[in-house]
Amino acid sequence: MNFKLKVWRQKNSADQGKMADYEASGISPNMSFLEMLDVVNERLTQKGEEPIAFDHDCREGICGACSLVINGIAHGPERGTAACQLHMRHFKDGDTIFIEPWRAKAFPMIKDLVVDRSAFDRIIQAGGFISVNTGSAPEANTVPIAKPSAERAMDAAACIGCGACVASCKNASAMLFVAAKVSQLAILPQGRAEKESRVQKMVAQMDAEGFGNCTNQFECQAVCPKEISVAFIAQMNREYLQSKKGTSA
Amino acid sequence: MNAKIPSGPLTEKWDRRRFELKLINPANKRKFEVIVVGTGLAGASAAASLAELGYQVKSFCFQDSPRRAHSIAAQGGINAAKNYQNDGDSVFRLFYDTLKGGDFRSREANVYRLAEVSNQIIDQCVAQGVPFARDYGGYLANRSFGGAQVSRTFYARGQTGQQLLLGAYQALCRQISGGKVKIFPRTEMLDLVVVDGHAKGIVVRDLVTGKINSHAADAVVLATGGYANVFYLSTNAIGCNVTAIYRAHKRGAYFANPCFTQIHPTCIPVTGDHQSKLTLMSESLRNDGRLWAPKSKGDKRSPADIPENERDYFLERKYPSFGNLAPRDIASRSTKEVCDEGRGVGESGRGVYLDLSESIRRLGEPVIRERYSNLFEMYEQITGENPTRSPMRIYPAAHYTMGGLWVDYNLMSNIPGLFVIGEANFSDHGANRLGASALMQGLADGYFILPYTIGDYFATASKSKASEDHAEFKKTEVEAQDRVKKLLSVKGKRTVTSFHRELGTLLWDHCGMARNQAGLKKALSRIPALREEFWKNLNVLGEDESLNPALERAGRVADFLEFAELLCQDALYREESCGGHFREEHQTKDGEALRNDAQFSHVAAWESKGVGNAPILHKEPLEFENVTPSQRSYQ
Repeated sequence: MNFKLKVWRQKNSADQGKMADYEASGISPNMSFLEMLDVVNERLTQKGEEPIAFDHDCREGICGACSLVINGIAHGPERGTAACQLHMRHFKDGDTIFIEPWRAKAFPMIKDLVVDRSAFDRIIQAGGFISVNTGSAPEANTVPIAKPSAERAMDAAACIGCGACVASCKNASAMLFVAAKVSQLAILPQGRAEKESRVQKMVAQMDAEGFGNCTNQFECQAVCPKEISVAFIAQMNREYLQSKKGTSA
Repeated sequence: MNAKIPSGPLTEKWDRRRFELKLINPANKRKFEVIVVGTGLAGASAAASLAELGYQVKSFCFQDSPRRAHSIAAQGGINAAKNYQNDGDSVFRLFYDTLKGGDFRSREANVYRLAEVSNQIIDQCVAQGVPFARDYGGYLANRSFGGAQVSRTFYARGQTGQQLLLGAYQALCRQISGGKVKIFPRTEMLDLVVVDGHAKGIVVRDLVTGKINSHAADAVVLATGGYANVFYLSTNAIGCNVTAIYRAHKRGAYFANPCFTQIHPTCIPVTGDHQSKLTLMSESLRNDGRLWAPKSKGDKRSPADIPENERDYFLERKYPSFGNLAPRDIASRSTKEVCDEGRGVGESGRGVYLDLSESIRRLGEPVIRERYSNLFEMYEQITGENPTRSPMRIYPAAHYTMGGLWVDYNLMSNIPGLFVIGEANFSDHGANRLGASALMQGLADGYFILPYTIGDYFATASKSKASEDHAEFKKTEVEAQDRVKKLLSVKGKRTVTSFHRELGTLLWDHCGMARNQAGLKKALSRIPALREEFWKNLNVLGEDESLNPALERAGRVADFLEFAELLCQDALYREESCGGHFREEHQTKDGEALRNDAQFSHVAAWESKGVGNAPILHKEPLEFENVTPSQRSYQ
């Protein structure tokens, strides 16, 4: 297969950046999208041009490092699929493919397709945990958790922290990411003791980082590689309102 | 070499040691600084737990976030001796299964301690909010894994590693927000700094700015994972590397049993040269899936057209009592044998079927989907085939490394002040790791062992502080800087990937699932030549002072090119077959691994004498006081 690529190149955060044209020829349909980029990078290196920088690591859709907007869609055209698990068989021979980084004020640019997502870490640091020191835990089966609750907590916990939700949102909102963690920990009995302060601190940090708000377009859910439901955003809003009531009372 | 194994009965050793260990008064703990390199299960759990105790911790990872360490990709589960299923499990049975699974090449005392703390790990993770699978009554569910006849594996769908890692990551985040841990993401350790015989810090490169600088501390903990990427194609993440532990090895730390590498039986087969990594399909699938190949050679019919009596369920045939749940080394080797006989399936002929159809008929597709949905999605994304319609095709791939830096019972290397935890050490899995035991070991080391043992070092070692201004730091920084500059200055014709691929192929062919003297000697003669070419003909573009992924990779491959020699030397030295180390010269008439306990019941710990010089062997004899090593039988 042969493709024309239009790829965002930017030397560093100070650089203006621009789209650059490359050819990707002789691509196997069995290659992943990142393997196609590997081939392009090998050829660029041989030609003496610096390869395209992009974040990636596990290449099995779970580490959340990959972060490419492909033809205007975060992680590309396949539903529930991170860019590393997207295979070239889903494209047509001769296609022109646009590749851009996540774009959001809260994700500053580093180089080419690589951005800084440490804002997500700071949101978790603000309260995305259960405060239990090593050694203080009671026996694991002391508190039964109804299977539907455990499953729902797992649905939320599946988030890989890639930031596609932010990249796809016109407001660059991180509500789906934050809601997934708030909900997981609020559903589980172990997390209830801190649920009011947790949602307040995480939301405050989310705002401080410069993420926008949710206007219910659900672009985030559509691109989420783990198909996390926007119903968790509703749950977070409820948790947030209840926590405010708790404080004022 | 003193392994510092406590005296007394096996069941009391850890208690005894905990009592012997000197304590640090809570007010004094904050005076000690600890560096933890790596934020996987071992590193994140250690950094969080040390900070909770009051130590000042600096945590480093090369990823953009500590949450992305490769523990995240572990699928199947984590073992613990809870005996919730009432099926006869116990601490002793988990200990025995792990020791036997490792083909009696690990320390009894370490393995027993691992089994002992396994239950606390589950308690801790549940309290952190890890959403483990549950039964309808709300209690924790279990499944079975290879090498065990009890059901003791806890799991969170096929994403157990992710959930456990996020639990540890969140515990770490809590300590970061409390100011007890300072986190350095996108920062790679390039060297260890040893001052007056003690590990006193590390030299790192900021991967965004390219700046090289030092961090001094009172102890250094390496939790930097395994070296399976030496094979180029493996199930590891692209960034996984040997650099941190290999650099420490060059600074004096002994490297133990490097030839103990694990080839995982159930991975998606290679489809072409473009492939950058291999993807695991969790061992848990062997709970409900049956491995088979056609009975006749070169049978190209589609699997549905091959009648039942023309299928060879080879694991069930060869190992009736464990069947499809035979340990990994045995399942991998059996798969290779079948393919070597010409009975492999798929385009390349390097594959066998993993067939879920019988379980789907028995339990219904929804039940099977619920158990493995994310694995099925992954398989379908990669292959374009639906595994509930036709059987999956699988083949073994490099996955985990049991070898690693030598540590004593306290998890300290032979360099005082240098601790090594998780996959990076050699300690608990012997010659073969059982499924669902890596997560257990990483968290055991980080949550429940290192936090106690490190205090004893602080209480007993000299209190001298080393600062980053010390001459040894400056010297090590200059060396690291020079190495980076050298990589950029070669300006040759070959990319780093091409060198890595060539090295990996060489090792896979001669030091992979089966090894022999001639092949190992061939590899040993070719590695130095490849290394020489690397330093003459490497092409790395870009600059030193900015993000440069090719440069990062070049540094890692440079270390693999040195380390590969040690790996082959150890494989050549170990004239026996055990676990994942199969020397073709040493097998029973049925083709099973033939151990040589008289000569090789020891840990081979290698001391570096510099590149190109023969390393010095130190032996730690393995003493079995509680079990008698037997020829492993899973038949």
